[in-house]
Amino acid sequence: MGILNFFLKSSAPPLVKLTEGCFTVDRTGRVLTSTLPQTFPAEFMEKLTALVLQTFRSAKAASLIFSEIHVQYPALKITARELRGGAIVFIAPLASEKPIQPNRA
Amino acid sequence: MPERPFILLVDDEPEFLAMYREILSELPSHPEVHTTHSGARAIAMLESVAYAVLVCDLKMPSMDGLQVLAIVRRKFPHLRTVIITGLVDEQYRIRAYAMGVDLFIGKPKCTEESQRLLDCIESLLDLEQQSQSGFRGIQQKSLVDIIQLECLCQSSAVLRVRGPAGDGSIWFIDGQIIDAEVPGVGGEDAFRRILSWKTGNFEILPAEPERQRSIHNSNQGLLLASAQAIDESTPNALQAGDKPAEGEASRALRRFDGVQFGLVSTRDTGVISDAWALDSAETMAKWLAQTLAKFQALGEEWGVGDLRQLDATTLQHQVLMARHGGFDFAVAFDKSTPASERQATFNQIKQQWES
Repeated sequence: MGILNFFLKSSAPPLVKLTEGCFTVDRTGRVLTSTLPQTFPAEFMEKLTALVLQTFRSAKAASLIFSEIHVQYPALKITARELRGGAIVFIAPLASEKPIQPNRA
Repeated sequence: MPERPFILLVDDEPEFLAMYREILSELPSHPEVHTTHSGARAIAMLESVAYAVLVCDLKMPSMDGLQVLAIVRRKFPHLRTVIITGLVDEQYRIRAYAMGVDLFIGKPKCTEESQRLLDCIESLLDLEQQSQSGFRGIQQKSLVDIIQLECLCQSSAVLRVRGPAGDGSIWFIDGQIIDAEVPGVGGEDAFRRILSWKTGNFEILPAEPERQRSIHNSNQGLLLASAQAIDESTPNALQAGDKPAEGEASRALRRFDGVQFGLVSTRDTGVISDAWALDSAETMAKWLAQTLAKFQALGEEWGVGDLRQLDATTLQHQVLMARHGGFDFAVAFDKSTPASERQATFNQIKQQWES
């Protein structure tokens, strides 16, 4: 069994499949609503929330008042819009070729 | 007033000839369009008039388009040639390009395709004005010309280039440049490297639809970068490793339309290399370095690749930020500047700084 465990690499983190969806957070970073599946790791969401809120706040401190940010990676696009101290965050893996457009209404 | 260029149209169907004559007459360069229904007659006409472009149907009785092309290439090697056909077949396309045709395009079926054809032919007329140097399929043409034509006619193909530093390939899908490769290098770096080659041979190979996309920049952006690369390869340009003199970069930034303010700082440290029209450049440089580093780390942790770009919207500006060649860039544009123009200018600024 030991040799099997070696090949199974049980200690390696599971490969996460990023899915398309969005979530809203308040100014404290608490997730209010989400269309992301439950399989989407909570720690990913927490990390992204913290980074997005921090970006809006630190930009403000540097005299840059952002209403929206778009972060582009080769395989992912993140769009975040400031919402009264909180944010709505859209995640769109580029492989889906269906980039999310934030609701302009 | 510049001379009107001559275009010769060859098609065995009189209706098409009449239609193309009308369409092509609307080109901005106001060409004089002559027509004929046979390849043999076309050869005779080419003997008597200095045509700029020959547009020839592929499927014709007695002498088909490829046969016409074979004679034309031998007798009029500098003539720009276009094969226009209702028979869009990959094998014919490859053969036509192998024979040195400038453009192989389907007969237009809608106004959009008709406009595309016009753009392609106008582009060929423009190229005709420019010096003939560089790459050789059968006729001489520049590599940028070949790429532009592939993009304009929305081709799916692989452009294999044999240059002084080995072989390189550029992949096109529906006219979009999706990947490039030279030994040991891929993506945009490979594309730029290929474009820096001044001489070589090229061939057009069948499309590889399964090829993974590594280039996400627009064609326009890539070609602007290529123009930059060609400029830099001229003897008077700055050599690699040369640093712009103090203030040169600021002047360069000012030169770009729509740029409201700009900042270039050393990656991670946030030390300002250049700033323009910014009140608190040091604060912003620090913020920029920290923010880009954090998003870069997120990309690595999530396995989605290096941070490509961070765009932000303010009340008046659209701010484009990215890391490039050891520097962090932030350039703000007026919101009214079109997105494609903003992106092309931003890419050009990064490219210029790198050079």
